[in-house]
Amino acid sequence: MDIHEYQAKELLSKFGVPIPRGGLAYSPEQATYRANEIGGSVWVVKAQIHAGARGKAGGVKMCRTDEDIWEAADTLLGKKLVTTQTGPQGKLVSRLYIEEGTNIDKEIYLSLVMDRAKERIVVCASAAGGMDIEEITESDPDSVLNVVVDPAVGMQGFQAREIAFGLGIEPELVNKFERTILGCYRAFRDLDATMVEVNPLVITQEGAVVALDAKMSFDDNALFRRPQISELRDKSQEDPRETYASDRGLSYVGLEGDIGCIVNGAGLAMATLDMIKVAGGEPANFLDIGGGASPERVQKSFRAVLRDSNVKAVLVNVFAGINRCDWVAKGVVLAVQELDIKVPVVVRLAGTNVEEGRKIIAESGLTLRAAESLRDAAEKAVAAAKDSNAEAA
Amino acid sequence: MAIFVNENTKILIQGFTGRIGTFHAQEMIDYGTNVVGGVTPGKGGTEHLGRPVFNTVKGAVAETGAEVSIVFVPPPFAADAIMEAADAGIKYCTCITDGIPAQDMIRVKRYMRRYKKANRMQLAGPNCAGTISPGRAMLGIMPGHIYERGRIGIIGRSGTLGYEAAEQLKALGLGISTSVGIGGDPINGTSFRDILEEFEKDDETDAVLMIGEIGGPQEAEGAEYARDHMSKPVIAYIAGLSAPKGRRMGHAGAIVTSFGESAAEKVEILKAAGVAISPTPSDMGSTVAAVVAKLAA
Repeated sequence: MDIHEYQAKELLSKFGVPIPRGGLAYSPEQATYRANEIGGSVWVVKAQIHAGARGKAGGVKMCRTDEDIWEAADTLLGKKLVTTQTGPQGKLVSRLYIEEGTNIDKEIYLSLVMDRAKERIVVCASAAGGMDIEEITESDPDSVLNVVVDPAVGMQGFQAREIAFGLGIEPELVNKFERTILGCYRAFRDLDATMVEVNPLVITQEGAVVALDAKMSFDDNALFRRPQISELRDKSQEDPRETYASDRGLSYVGLEGDIGCIVNGAGLAMATLDMIKVAGGEPANFLDIGGGASPERVQKSFRAVLRDSNVKAVLVNVFAGINRCDWVAKGVVLAVQELDIKVPVVVRLAGTNVEEGRKIIAESGLTLRAAESLRDAAEKAVAAAKDSNAEAA
Repeated sequence: MAIFVNENTKILIQGFTGRIGTFHAQEMIDYGTNVVGGVTPGKGGTEHLGRPVFNTVKGAVAETGAEVSIVFVPPPFAADAIMEAADAGIKYCTCITDGIPAQDMIRVKRYMRRYKKANRMQLAGPNCAGTISPGRAMLGIMPGHIYERGRIGIIGRSGTLGYEAAEQLKALGLGISTSVGIGGDPINGTSFRDILEEFEKDDETDAVLMIGEIGGPQEAEGAEYARDHMSKPVIAYIAGLSAPKGRRMGHAGAIVTSFGESAAEKVEILKAAGVAISPTPSDMGSTVAAVVAKLAA
């Protein structure tokens, strides 16, 4: 799960990470009010979206007057901001973060990630702050410092100091820097994060260490024990198709094609999308029904898939292990009847009682097409989508 | 011989008396698996499905001599159950539970390092379908009847995609020595490399099918191992050729975050290591069959 910059900063500040003063605004009026509350003479108006690279996309505006702030807020609010990380459809800006200006002396890149090869938390830092990590590793890989944290004892002060000295931080600032890094680490550990990125972490001209930007992501599997993190979810930043499905316990990822997919098991679902591509089609979604493939779940899955108006055909691929195919087939027939589905539906069943299952599909009298193998299913689905598209045209 | 489990292996079920544990324990017993008992804290001394229930894994091991366990414990308590098994001297443990926090798994892996390699439990999973040596023992939640006994080893992350492979092999008259699920989580117990090593040593396995997916470095490590240390042929399919970067495809670990983690990149790495590639999920069986036919020739 991702959260906004201002939420990440609030969390990090509770762990002793210094952040600039700032406040949230939902309207131009509130934005100017916040700026006056903060005081000073320079402010930054920052669009709050779940994506990076906002600066280059015009989502971060430096302001010196009330009028500037009003205008910046007015332009950004309600706009779909397109950055290199949002995809072409962009993300809706409905919140702004108004922050005091900072006199930057040095910009540092700092991130903590879960390293899958090392199976530990790794802290990365570079003196080339402000750029994203891909740019840094490409242009200046030697500038990246890595520290691996032993989970038995946690990150130690000396490890943070090694980073500080490695980056050439002035000796009188090293203590502040160490506290900041350790704060980020404790936030990562105590909140079950999967990523903390402070980019840039700045040294100001006044000699302060400040997190100027912050990003955090969290482990979905750990949300059950982090209710304070679950509350920070902002559904407006998600694909509405995905929100609908995830609220109903389905694992769904929206894609750009026109063949809706309903599959049991994540691996088989990925493989089904691959097979559709091989057969010359484009999948509209990834969907794992999860355990059971009960009639209720099949029906919910159809609803979720058909909310996408691009869908011209649906492919159901269920490998019934513990369940029987005849039971799954009845669920599919029921769903197609009850939901009055108009697009062609290709059904491929495999596993226990497969013959009975196929018979139920074939004899349903509905627009269901039975398929034998995964390849056959993909080819039939691609053909069905072409037919639908031809009819529509 | 098969690997990890056979008809004689004494198996313990952790989370024995819960709804899911009960259902699958019964399936395993019906398959002929040598289930010697189960563990549910607080229910020790009772009997369930005709097998004794114990309060602790240590107690169960002392009483039954079990050396393998399967974990059905819910996500908040699963890491604890795995560590308990490791501490009780279990040699091989498969964890079915889906949804264990990644930091819990980091702690589990760290905890297991306290044992010398010779005494260290091997963990498969979590978030997997288990391990099966067809016709001998089923340590998992798979439909046992689709697995034919034979001489192909399978290692896979996904449950149902593994069933797909088993069925394709069966249709071509090929059977399986052992199929091992390693799970779809970012931090898991055992990697492709570890299981390849076991299959290389197993005299009842002729070739190994690896079913990988996007995300993480383990398929590439497996490729390197196959190239440098294996005499037996390895065949691979990688799911997720059409998965967009940065999106999580169902499995917690199925996400491309850095170079070498996409399906196309993994396929290149495997090919370069001399691994035969199944170009689509429908060709897993036929690709294995072609490789095996060459072995016989």
